[in-house]
Amino acid sequence: MRWTLIIGAALAGLAVLAAAVSFVWTPYDITQMAVANKLQPPSAAHWLGTDHFGRDILSMVMLGARTSIAVALVAVGIGIALGVPLGLIAAANKGGWLDEVIMRGNDLIFAFPSLVIAILITAAFGPSAINAIIAIGIFNIPVFARVTRAGALPVWTLDYIRAAQVAGKGRSRISVEHVLPNILNLLIVQGTIQFSLGILAEAGLSYVGLGAQPPTPSWGRMLAEAQTFVTLAPHVAIIPGLCIVATVLGLNLLGDGLRDALDPRLKVMRA
Amino acid sequence: MLRYLTRRMLSLALGLLVASVVIFLLVEMVPGDPATFMLGTGAQPDTLAALRAQLGLDQPLPLRYANWLGAVLTGDLGHSFTYKTPVAGMIWDRMQVSMPLALMALALAVMIAFPVGLYAASRRGQPQDTAVMGLTQVGIALPNFWFAMLLVLLFAVRLRWLPAGGFPGWDYPVAALRALLLPAIALALPQAAILARVLRSSLIETMDQDYIRTARAKGLTRGQTLRRHALRNALIPVLTILGMQFSFLMAGAIIIENVFYLPGLGRLIFQAITQRDLIVVQSAVLVLVAAVIAVTFLVDLAYAAVDPRLRRR
Repeated sequence: MRWTLIIGAALAGLAVLAAAVSFVWTPYDITQMAVANKLQPPSAAHWLGTDHFGRDILSMVMLGARTSIAVALVAVGIGIALGVPLGLIAAANKGGWLDEVIMRGNDLIFAFPSLVIAILITAAFGPSAINAIIAIGIFNIPVFARVTRAGALPVWTLDYIRAAQVAGKGRSRISVEHVLPNILNLLIVQGTIQFSLGILAEAGLSYVGLGAQPPTPSWGRMLAEAQTFVTLAPHVAIIPGLCIVATVLGLNLLGDGLRDALDPRLKVMRA
Repeated sequence: MLRYLTRRMLSLALGLLVASVVIFLLVEMVPGDPATFMLGTGAQPDTLAALRAQLGLDQPLPLRYANWLGAVLTGDLGHSFTYKTPVAGMIWDRMQVSMPLALMALALAVMIAFPVGLYAASRRGQPQDTAVMGLTQVGIALPNFWFAMLLVLLFAVRLRWLPAGGFPGWDYPVAALRALLLPAIALALPQAAILARVLRSSLIETMDQDYIRTARAKGLTRGQTLRRHALRNALIPVLTILGMQFSFLMAGAIIIENVFYLPGLGRLIFQAITQRDLIVVQSAVLVLVAAVIAVTFLVDLAYAAVDPRLRRR
């Protein structure tokens, strides 16, 4: 379904664009409060209204996008940087003790309720965006390790891998030169999914005060602050929530669309 | 089967042991001294030292872990530093909110997901299927705490049908159920969306099997085939997801309990972290993780009972 790819890319692209533009321009300076202007509904001057300090919500949302995307992106990076090599090692040593240790370690991390441990990590090391990244990133490691291993195992049975072995290449070289390029599609799709989960997780942690700290804006904290004013000015709570939904939805659709577009078997089925 | 069972039991025990070490170490890293927290910053050093000795905080780390684990294994979860009451009792009280909330959310998720998944599968490839699947994508993207706020805004503030928060206790069963309804819906919807998608794809895969073609050839309608033959076989992956979701609902309730001010296990963990009540944090998280590991284990067993191929692995 090509439309999932287009809508997904458009929604996710909008969030990335908002974050990128916020580095050079936002409609208003969010460090300047104008309490006289507080909780204003959307208007020509403030397209998305103002919050309880009179700050422009559009500017807050743009800067919040930066935090959400940065946290989720680095957390995915941690998952890929550690999970993919572990998955490749496990696949290259299938059935061996290394494979067993890596996969059982993965199972153990999976057994932990990720939110509880993320809360414990941020409670132990102090609430901050960095600790939120670590907390979310740790749970990305077993996901990428599993996907990599599952994708790499069938590749190891193929003839060109045998040819490479006969040519004298070692397991690690084969993993990097031949296996990894063949599972990149899988990793891209999983990366998109983990990215969207990371945005949800960051929002949750920030909402309970364990993510990005003031004055760094984040969608989750905007929601937490809006909770008190939700009856007076519902837009203060609705807008950041819609941003999260739109971005996560966009990334999920993008993941689905990429999976369909990159999977040659699905192409054959469509033809 | 016996070999499979032994392997799974060993892995369960190992999982719980590692979980206890990780939880103990993480809680040890929480900054702040419980003794100072209890006595205040103006307390005399010798009073602080006495309290630390009384709480066992002056002992070396491995000994403290061994003492804690030994006590936990005999059912003694210690006494709360803050409330001076047995932690086991506190956890039991809070479980009476968290457990019904998770069960209610699970029941709601099933009640929503099954008709939706069946409907989408029966209209495979048609516009109705696309529309329903689009809606489930939105459901998955919803942060449950935001959805909870919207529910409060509509059903508690505007319509005044249900309470916005708090829990009256099980002495008032109707009021208690009403208090849990909005949090349960907030927790259930994203899970229902995931479940509906799994059910749909599982049904579609089953519908491509030969025995389904035979049933159709015998003259059963598509709907009859779906309900009588495909659904039962499509349930296996759905049950696995359900087990995982129960674990997620127990843990995921932490944020929702905070939105609705529910005195559940998640809120207890939060309060204990802010009060540096380490023994409560350790025990409550351990109970939560143990529940998750145990449910996963039971689902694995149920799965193996249904699908004999797994026992041979």
